[in-house]
Amino acid sequence: MTPNTLVHSLVAASVAVAASVAVSLSPALAADPVKIGLLEDQSGNFAIAVIPKIQATQLAIEEINAKGGILGRPVRLTHYDTQSDNTRFQEFARRLIQQDKVDVIFGAFSSASREAIRPIMDRAKQLYFYNNQYEGGVCDSNVFVTGAVPEQQFSTLIPWLMEKYGKKVYTIAADYNFGQISAEWVRNIVKKGGGSMVGEEFIPLSVSQFSQTIQNIQKAKPDVLITLLVGANQASFYEQQAAANLNIPMGSSVNVGQAYEHKRFKPPALKNMYVTANYIEEIESPASNDFKKRFRAKFPDAPYINQEAANAYNVVYLYKAAAEKAKSTDMKAVRKALESGDICTDGPSGKVCIDPKSHHQSHTIYLVKVNADHSVTIPKVWNDIKPYWLGEAGCDLSKKDDTSQYTPSSPPKK
Amino acid sequence: MLATGIGFAYQFADSFAFLILSSIGLAVIFGMMGVINLAHGEFIMCGAYVTVLSARAGLPLPLAMVLGAAVAGAIGILIEFLVIRRLYSRLFDSIVATWAISVIATQGMLIVVGPSLEGLKTPFGSFELAGLTFSWYRILLPVVALAILASLYLLFVKTPFGVRARATIQKPEMARALGVNTDRVYSLTFGLGAALAGLTGALYAPTMTTVPTMGSAFIVQAFVTVVVGGTDVLLGAAPAATVLAFIQSLLTASNGQLIGQVGLLLTVIVVVRLMPKGISGWMLKGSE
Repeated sequence: MTPNTLVHSLVAASVAVAASVAVSLSPALAADPVKIGLLEDQSGNFAIAVIPKIQATQLAIEEINAKGGILGRPVRLTHYDTQSDNTRFQEFARRLIQQDKVDVIFGAFSSASREAIRPIMDRAKQLYFYNNQYEGGVCDSNVFVTGAVPEQQFSTLIPWLMEKYGKKVYTIAADYNFGQISAEWVRNIVKKGGGSMVGEEFIPLSVSQFSQTIQNIQKAKPDVLITLLVGANQASFYEQQAAANLNIPMGSSVNVGQAYEHKRFKPPALKNMYVTANYIEEIESPASNDFKKRFRAKFPDAPYINQEAANAYNVVYLYKAAAEKAKSTDMKAVRKALESGDICTDGPSGKVCIDPKSHHQSHTIYLVKVNADHSVTIPKVWNDIKPYWLGEAGCDLSKKDDTSQYTPSSPPKK
Repeated sequence: MLATGIGFAYQFADSFAFLILSSIGLAVIFGMMGVINLAHGEFIMCGAYVTVLSARAGLPLPLAMVLGAAVAGAIGILIEFLVIRRLYSRLFDSIVATWAISVIATQGMLIVVGPSLEGLKTPFGSFELAGLTFSWYRILLPVVALAILASLYLLFVKTPFGVRARATIQKPEMARALGVNTDRVYSLTFGLGAALAGLTGALYAPTMTTVPTMGSAFIVQAFVTVVVGGTDVLLGAAPAATVLAFIQSLLTASNGQLIGQVGLLLTVIVVVRLMPKGISGWMLKGSE
């Protein structure tokens, strides 16, 4: 098919050769490989943000294999390019479960694609990790989430922005489950902080021309503009608002951290953009610098190491920790281990742990500010922010099975 | 009141420019050759990429844009020679073939150049009027759109090439009998359509993100304008874009982008129901 598939089969072949060499040298490694399935968009609308995730997954697996694998077994990765297409996600999810019989599945970028495959995972009771930032609320026995959620990103970002710039907020959001639910979070947090929403617009993913939207925002005169725009088409908003000199401080949970707009656009398109991210390449810390060094050594041409790369990297190590605690790759046993409350990993942004109740992950949250020249500064860091909302709302997967997605306006039934 | 009026005029012009520029390359190829070019968006993408890359290499922006259009046109002529030429009067085959070219171009660009390019800054800055701020560059786009329409009219009506091209479209055998090199006309017309698509990409390159899939952002508007324009595509383009831009900007201003898009598509359904041959078919009814 594509050269990428060719590369994958070459990689698979070399892993197989390496495994057979290992077999002849040491009988201890003779066991079957641990099979990891990966569903990520290597092409299509979301490829920009997703390619670093694929690279980070490959890096983590290579590192783990170099140190003896998981439970002494080599790890084998099967990646299908889901092409930013929800139908492909369903097709390849079924293939990973039925034909490849993988031990665990990682991946998905957009919430629409995650919701497309979640029922398939649930029907097969397939252990699945969604390794991406999202709108929150998935309370699903078979699903673990390592990306940041609204209580981690918005309850930090929005009070901070309202304090600094004022309490009138305008939201523009991508018109699908991610944007709708995220906007609901913004609305609630603005109201709780004594602010007011002066406007809200949901924009179809196919829209790339924003003149009218820019004018509507100007007429409403907000102090803060929250942009929850997704995909390559909608990213055109930033250049267009700069060309029209909109000049309103912006906040987001998705920009910079995912598709590195500050690197791709000419300054000052993203001037005064504030993002709460759980990782970006510019973070300087021993853990981050070490991660960047290993990443760049394997992928010298990688355009950017984004937040989702850190999330994808952590997933592999969290799975390793859980499988080793369970002493098995049996999905029920691994899930039980993940629900023990002490599955953690030291990732690029420090120590992160899985919350047994909600199956979500704690995060270090960085407030990232984009300057006029598109350099970034980090005015504030919040350490160890827990994914508390689902647990408080009544989701406890360690006690009661569930497969729902909840929102603040439709919480779990008590 | 003043702000609303000015705002609406600006939005209408902006929307009109986008509809005309999105559709013009498609309109030339479909209108003059009857080929539905599903790789239209990829010629736009090609023009944008060449513009961005050559402008970043130091070429002044207007020259970079001309180069973008020229490269797209040259690739168009090549593709006409290699593929399209073999598929005239095989409408469905040419749809599948151009769709394949589109997929190959998008994925090829992703593999060769990567998922994204650093963009260009929109030139000319902004101005303020009645409490709203506007981008100068976006005022220029509708002017360019009108200039392109005018030059196409002159080209097809007033020049020898235009006469030969129209003769070739109407009665190819007769044109050949009269000594017109119809192969060359087809080749140049396809090249012209591709170059116009490339020019669209070049013009929008400083306002959008340069990614391999960017062509898809123009496709809906392109087909909608051509369908509403109807039988005589070149004649129909301007009135079609006027009607569609009016409805879209009115609805987007009052109800947001989603309703604007819904209105755009509903208009197409209504127009096609009431005037199956589109606006130009309705305009030409009396003259037939």
